[in-house]
Amino acid sequence: MDLGPHAGFIVGAYIMATAVVGALVVWVTADHAAQKRALTELERRGITRRSAESRPLKMKEPA
Amino acid sequence: MAAAHEKARCKTDGVIAGLVPAIPDRDGRDKPGHDQVGTATSFAPVTRNAVVALIDLANPTRFVALVERVLPWLVAATLMAFAFGLWGTYQAPDDYQQGATVKIMFIHVPNAWLSMFVWGMMSAAALGTLVWRHPLADVAAKCAAPLGAAFTFLALVTGSLWGRPMWGTYWVWDARLTSVLVLFIMYLAVIALWRTVDDPTRAGRAAAILTLVGAINLPIIKFSVEWWNTLHQPASVFRMGGPTIDRSLLVPLAVMAIAFTLLFVSLHLAAMRNEILRRRVRTLMLTQAERAA
Repeated sequence: MDLGPHAGFIVGAYIMATAVVGALVVWVTADHAAQKRALTELERRGITRRSAESRPLKMKEPA
Repeated sequence: MAAAHEKARCKTDGVIAGLVPAIPDRDGRDKPGHDQVGTATSFAPVTRNAVVALIDLANPTRFVALVERVLPWLVAATLMAFAFGLWGTYQAPDDYQQGATVKIMFIHVPNAWLSMFVWGMMSAAALGTLVWRHPLADVAAKCAAPLGAAFTFLALVTGSLWGRPMWGTYWVWDARLTSVLVLFIMYLAVIALWRTVDDPTRAGRAAAILTLVGAINLPIIKFSVEWWNTLHQPASVFRMGGPTIDRSLLVPLAVMAIAFTLLFVSLHLAAMRNEILRRRVRTLMLTQAERAA
């Protein structure tokens, strides 16, 4: 593909777009992993939401 | 059974009629006094279903579950759209005036379109925060801001890289370029506001007001090329009388616009899911601190 005398501008624009989109994807993915890690750590320490706490009670066999 | 069904139906109708009682406020309390607004019979069945679906999505747990289900499909659709779009870009002929630099258009125009679309979406979410108090409205606005800033940044940079060979300059302080730069700065201001105020509820309201004020800039950007003298070309896709671009360039441009829009939707939903998890973590840590005190 011949991009002519302005190839540098065209390639530069596509590289810039790829870099920014890649950075957004990495940011969202890393943030998700960080929040999941934080939630897991809190659960490990026994700190859970009320809705999560009430779930095992429902599972109990009637006396 | 019939009584239970009737009770459930009435409950649903009550939700539709009231809207607010079904959506507890941020402190978890239902707001009294709003449950007699209008009647369910004024809604067509389709509208009623849509409203019920919207109310269901107000539940963050349900929203996260929905995102987990939908996201893989959206990512696949985004990748496919980019594959088709980039193939079309590769195949597209050179412009008779601009030569191969027209290929910059395939990333510049979708990003320019998204820079305005995202702010428009944030403005709708701002209304959701201030008027309807939808629990996910400020989450949607907060998560859209960095994405909108990134798309606006790309529109500015790719525009500059296109401008240098075509106009002979990277930048000129004309109405279109300056108003888009103002939009970029406003995105940064909204992000800064969210980071400055610790309480999400207060930050959400302040950011919503700033977003609505900033929405004034959208028609200025759109019509700047008609109202003032500018180096930037006038609208050539969304205009009265149809697009002025040849079909061989218009089709790959449309596919790339769809691909970038799908990218935004995917990233936005994923970021909203992350924000809901972040607020869950914050609440749990506050609970822990209260127990410890």
